[in-house]
Amino acid sequence: MKDEVILCFCEDLTREEIREAIKNGATSFDELKRLIRCGMGACQGKTCEENIQKEIMAITGKKREELPLPRQRPPSVGIFLQDAARGDNDEE
Amino acid sequence: MMKNSAEVVIIGGGVVGCAIAYNLARMGCTDVVVLEKEYLTAGATGRCGAGIRQQWGTEMNCRLSKASMDTFEVLNEMLEYPVDIELKQDGYLILAYEEKEIEQFKKNIALQNNLEIESRLIDPREAREMVPHLNTEGLLGAAFCSRDGHANPFHVTQAYAEAAKRMGVEIYTYTECRDIEMDGDRIRGVVTDKGKIRTEKVVNAAGGYSDLIGGMVGLDLPVYSERHQIMVTEPVNPLQGPMVISFYHHFYCQQVPHGAFIMGQGDPNEPKGHNIGHSWQFLQELSGKIIKTFPALKKLRVVRQWSGLYNITPDSQPILCEAPELPGFFLAIGFSGHGFMIAPMTGVVMAEMILDKELSMPVHNLDLGRFERGELVLEPSVV
Repeated sequence: MKDEVILCFCEDLTREEIREAIKNGATSFDELKRLIRCGMGACQGKTCEENIQKEIMAITGKKREELPLPRQRPPSVGIFLQDAARGDNDEE
Repeated sequence: MMKNSAEVVIIGGGVVGCAIAYNLARMGCTDVVVLEKEYLTAGATGRCGAGIRQQWGTEMNCRLSKASMDTFEVLNEMLEYPVDIELKQDGYLILAYEEKEIEQFKKNIALQNNLEIESRLIDPREAREMVPHLNTEGLLGAAFCSRDGHANPFHVTQAYAEAAKRMGVEIYTYTECRDIEMDGDRIRGVVTDKGKIRTEKVVNAAGGYSDLIGGMVGLDLPVYSERHQIMVTEPVNPLQGPMVISFYHHFYCQQVPHGAFIMGQGDPNEPKGHNIGHSWQFLQELSGKIIKTFPALKKLRVVRQWSGLYNITPDSQPILCEAPELPGFFLAIGFSGHGFMIAPMTGVVMAEMILDKELSMPVHNLDLGRFERGELVLEPSVV
């Protein structure tokens, strides 16, 4: 039976899909991200990273401290283009 | 276990390195190693804007991109890759805000049409029909080619890599080229952080780091790297067909099949170097340009920004050749921001060159010597 538990909510990726990609050789979060888009959605990995790292640990046998953290990229939360354009100017 | 010898060692696990590896194997040369210091697409390929266009201003860029587009159209089947490479062909719309841009576009279009690239000049009204949310204020016209568009750089590279591996190519990720051993002007081997590989043929496909690889054999290559920043929004329903770019405002903006808008800009004041950090100034400036050009996008959320390196030559055309003074040292470098879109044909001609076969496209004028000879044909159409 397929494991239909969703681990990456933004991109709708099941545990099964993530395990398959790890078994195919994507053994870091950043590699998985490029191939199946986990962590590329609205949350940018903030909700799914820990659970996905656990899957990588289980399959590769690596310890948590051996796994690279995903590269953190701004903005820290999604921001409207119109707000980004305004920068630090508070006037409309 | 890493191989300790190979007929060809390719440095760089981007789309160019993987496409060369695949084509070498396809032509019968399977004793090939690809070295990648991180993972496949970790450099410029995986950081690019994912656009593929044929609307260029030099004959060679046009020819390479046209032949590459022909390949992108059949890539999934050709490489027997199970995941969709997300080819989208809704065109590239290149905006003109100045009379001299219109004049340049007319020249480019004449050249492109001559090479069977079906581009044309359109007026602001037609541009607006293609992109209903486009603000046409100040717009004089635009160049358009309906067969241009988008492909997914990660999957295209993976497709080449997997097809190459099936034929026997070895790809070593997290393996960094540290030095190239020479005996006079002959290459003897490549030193990596995991051991040595004996070889007489090395391909420099190191993208933004090609100058460092050149330095290992004593070559001062006429290329430099420059950061280009880029950002992406949350995905939304299909809204924009064509990729829209402006050389005047130095930006590009497309909606990828997944739904997100990817956009970037060139900064004329960006210093040379290998910096791949990001800046808030970029986020602010580009957001301003985008909401002015596409007011309806003002409430789209930016979710991520990053940057990558253009590896730039004096004429914005790549260097594809065997180094004249160093037999066995091949260069596939200096793609100047459009390596992804011409990678399929680059892979073919480089493999032919390495195996001393007749080239299926003459690229002799993309050699290293052109800079000394002063035979430069400048590419005018780069963001």
